[in-house]
Amino acid sequence: MSERAGGRPTGARVASGGHGASGRHGGASRSPEGMWPPVSRRRKAGNLVFWLLCALALALVIAPTLWLAVDIIGKAVGNWQWNVLVTRTDQLQGGLLQPLLGTLVIASGAILIASIVSILTGMYLSEYATGPLRSVLRGAYEVLAGIPSIVLGLVGYVTLVVGLHWGYGLLPAVLVLSVLAIPYITKATESSLAQVPTSYREGADALGLPPSWTMRRIVLKSAVPGIVTGVLIATAIIIGETAPLIYTSNFSDVNPSLAHVTHLAVPSLPYMVYYFSFLAQPIKHANILSADAALVLLVFVLVLILLGRVIVAWSRRHAE
Amino acid sequence: MASAPLARSVGEAVAPSPRRPAPMLRAVVRRADVVRWLGRTGAVIPLAALVFILVVLLIESLPAIRYNGLHFFTTTVWNEGVSYNALPVHSGGVYHMSGAAFGALPEIVGTLLTSLIALIVAVPVSIGAALTIVERLPRRLASLVGIFLELLAGIPSVIVGLFGALTFGPFIAHHITPVIARNVPDVPVLSFFRGQPGSGEGLLTSGLVLGIMIIPIIASTTRDLVRQVPILPREGAIALGMSDAQCARRVTLPWVGPGIVGAVVLGLGRALGETMAVAMTCGVALSTVPGNIYTTMTTIAATMFNYLDTAFLDGTGFAVRTIAELGLVLLVITMVVNIAARWLVRRVSGIALPVGRGV
Repeated sequence: MSERAGGRPTGARVASGGHGASGRHGGASRSPEGMWPPVSRRRKAGNLVFWLLCALALALVIAPTLWLAVDIIGKAVGNWQWNVLVTRTDQLQGGLLQPLLGTLVIASGAILIASIVSILTGMYLSEYATGPLRSVLRGAYEVLAGIPSIVLGLVGYVTLVVGLHWGYGLLPAVLVLSVLAIPYITKATESSLAQVPTSYREGADALGLPPSWTMRRIVLKSAVPGIVTGVLIATAIIIGETAPLIYTSNFSDVNPSLAHVTHLAVPSLPYMVYYFSFLAQPIKHANILSADAALVLLVFVLVLILLGRVIVAWSRRHAE
Repeated sequence: MASAPLARSVGEAVAPSPRRPAPMLRAVVRRADVVRWLGRTGAVIPLAALVFILVVLLIESLPAIRYNGLHFFTTTVWNEGVSYNALPVHSGGVYHMSGAAFGALPEIVGTLLTSLIALIVAVPVSIGAALTIVERLPRRLASLVGIFLELLAGIPSVIVGLFGALTFGPFIAHHITPVIARNVPDVPVLSFFRGQPGSGEGLLTSGLVLGIMIIPIIASTTRDLVRQVPILPREGAIALGMSDAQCARRVTLPWVGPGIVGAVVLGLGRALGETMAVAMTCGVALSTVPGNIYTTMTTIAATMFNYLDTAFLDGTGFAVRTIAELGLVLLVITMVVNIAARWLVRRVSGIALPVGRGV
């Protein structure tokens, strides 16, 4: 029984209210029942109340999330038509085609840039940097993760949209969202590199392989699953970011075009969720599209995070 | 005598291979250790971005800081001035619309109050949930709940906002707050809970929605911390006759206390800066400090989002500069909170807090 949760045998896990010690003497050495004084009712009740409250807390974590998911899915499923995915948005009606494309293009651009920077950063911090330089650089990206996304959007607006006269467009949105994604991928890279066994490096060193070759072909290679998971989670997070987009890509109903990365406002799903919702447009067609966009976004995010989980589990099973 | 020249001659014999052109370049590349230099270049980018963000906001908001002065933190009126039939005014070294006056007290108070409500809701719930996960749930169920927390952390804030504005807010405004508002006695602190329950947009809804959003950060960090509590002190507590509830309360939680404080502060940082969920549920009432827990209000981030369209109408650009000042205030608050949390946790318990949303 004490092995029940996670293989951590512990006296703290004995039955509610019992004397911890009595549960841990199994088999032949079990003490006669009369040896221990009876457990007072107050003590039993206190224990029960405490754990009931804790269970209630867990229920309070799970219930609102389920409610949210059921609500968002329920709102969309009633009017769901598969062709919204390929129908163009026309004013406040139509489908989700342009916002869908916009989100995909913005997210892939941002993830591409962020991955390059983050993998280099994570690699440097984990393998090369030492001392105060390391803690300063690490602290920088950790604090960067705490900056509210709306502030990043405003900075993008001030410097790129207005400062460089780019106007609203793909490029400012991509750059701002890539800054948002950097901390997540960097953290994933750093921690999965730190988990690569030292013996790999020592073995490569003993064989006389050059350090950079070891780095590329041995160390990075075994960290790939962790890094990919980090990239997926970062994608899930930036794909739903709305606040920076109002300042950088804004909204329109044109197709995103790589030929016009500036001066062309680009639609995106998360902004559509807000902009077509009852709060901004009390029009039925628009609200249905907003619910559809929310559902598509939710599915994207859940699939990305679950995929990350699966990769972690798979790589753990196939390690060694 | 021969060892060094021998090694060199062996090296020379092996290195130039006919299939590999430009041995000179390869040697240079190898000696310079490209990977290290690329890494260093990359690693500087987050730091540079951080400094860049601070400097840009500071420069952009300097005129606003000079004109708004300290009144920015003490007054409540938010007025971009007369836009029609009036020329811009030059005063205090800046151009602005005539009659412009900006006071961010409602924004600052609103930000702090929503985050306070979020913490009051999220902290006990997260700690209780973390204890249940570690001490009570079987391993499979615990990892399932872990996935659940991860998914909750990943839900986009605009979707949480949609849920809060269209379903959750109206629900509590119809079924819960009228009961509270009617039955709470009219004594000093509790009178904050009296008044018109409203339509479901306002302080309470925003705070609760924020609470839902920061639970995953606090709960998953606390869970990881509790898992690291060594077995010996807990066995000792049991041996001394504590029940397992007492052990959890008096041994396990205090053991990781500073870490939990860090996790809570990290959640606070997120609640302070959250934009969409609050902007969609707060009702955006500029210029008023909330009088009771049901009133519509605004936060710094929500104002930055909702006021933007109006700010663009200010031909002098002063309103945008004031928004930048708001952003600077928010940035400073969240950075201080973040750095404090990380410093505290690293100093006391030696573990690193999760990054960002704690996924």
